[in-house]
Amino acid sequence: MLASPASVIQAEIAKAKASAISLSAITRRFGHKWALRGIELDVAFGELVVIQGHNGGGKSTLLRVIATAITPTGGTGRILGKDLWRDATTIRAESALLGTSNGLYEDLSATENLLFAARMLGVRQPAERVAEALRQVGLANDANERVRAFSSGMQRRLAIGRLLLQQPKLLLLDEPFNTLDADGVALVSALIAGTRERGGAVVVVLHDLARLNMSPSATYTMTAGRLS
Amino acid sequence: MSAVAAKDLTAERRAKANIVAVTSLGALTLLVFGFAIGPDVATLRTAAAGILWLSVLFSGVLVFHRSYQIELDGGALETLLLYPGERWEIFAGKLLANLCVVLLVEAIVIPVALVLYHVSVPDTWPALLAVIMLGTLGFVTLGTFYSAMASRTRSREVLLPLLLFPMLVPVLLAATEGSSALLVGDPMGDAGAWLRLLIVFDVIFLLAALFVFEHIIEA
Repeated sequence: MLASPASVIQAEIAKAKASAISLSAITRRFGHKWALRGIELDVAFGELVVIQGHNGGGKSTLLRVIATAITPTGGTGRILGKDLWRDATTIRAESALLGTSNGLYEDLSATENLLFAARMLGVRQPAERVAEALRQVGLANDANERVRAFSSGMQRRLAIGRLLLQQPKLLLLDEPFNTLDADGVALVSALIAGTRERGGAVVVVLHDLARLNMSPSATYTMTAGRLS
Repeated sequence: MSAVAAKDLTAERRAKANIVAVTSLGALTLLVFGFAIGPDVATLRTAAAGILWLSVLFSGVLVFHRSYQIELDGGALETLLLYPGERWEIFAGKLLANLCVVLLVEAIVIPVALVLYHVSVPDTWPALLAVIMLGTLGFVTLGTFYSAMASRTRSREVLLPLLLFPMLVPVLLAATEGSSALLVGDPMGDAGAWLRLLIVFDVIFLLAALFVFEHIIEA
């Protein structure tokens, strides 16, 4: 017996709500250039998805759309069961993006940067959590140094420290291993594993899959705005 | 809101060179216009209010530009926008920080103006203070708003004055006329009207900026 169209739609909605990410026909245009062309993507809770592809393929744009940093030009989507268009504020509270830039304030110290993030995220007992995050990323001894004096690797570690404050349900990482040493790579791996253990989902944009010392649930390739 | 304001003020305090440069520009503007007008005391007093607001305008543009530059330098703007919470709170935080910095600049350049332009503090100083505070609020509201708009463009240094200066005309006109009336005497009782006009401008600009900020910062 065939299912009625209404029940099929209901089942699709239920599936989308149960997914960490459910995107359908997502497009994004910058001027005349289409960065994303009809993206279909489903990521379940607990999954680790890797997206690979050449420069300019649209990988970072896709992460920014999922993080609600930019709105798509067209298409529909649900992130953590919330509507991509209407519930951006709720999605932001439960997801975290580590982009290619670290998003730090160079004139502030490491502690001040994380304290600011903690206040914006509404973290309880911010001083203790910040001190713990700095210890975890190996910057406890440089806590009061200005970020301007940090190496690029230390800045990347501090940006990872910001993610540790949040414990998001959805972790979005854009080339997270850039400028990191072996300890830093282990730190990112622990962050990914921790998010999955809590039942969260992780999407990682990577050029070099060898640096990811764990098996992804799925690997996609982006070429000219299309996911395959 | 308070987190954004505290962060901006800390960054501003750390980069001492900026506040020194901004204040120096304000004082130099007063000095240059003072030389241009000449030694006639009556002319200097008449021009004092206008030139004072002009020096605040030039200094303020640097403050507004810096306000979003600290977000752009480390790619922090996107991170800031991805924090949960309402966009208007970011605007309000930046507005509060800019207001503190511009008031600090004014606290230095106003005494300089009083000395250079041979103006004494009038008996009606509370009204003058009200005009300065309301004029500054309107100026900083528009400056913070348009610097956010310009920050999303590549030619932001050029675009900010082009966008801001025309929109500032009503606020600067009311602030200058109100200040001038109170500094050189107000036989016609004009200051009250300019003060009320400033209140109206401030309310309109503040509400409009808080409402529209979300759309321009995400553009």
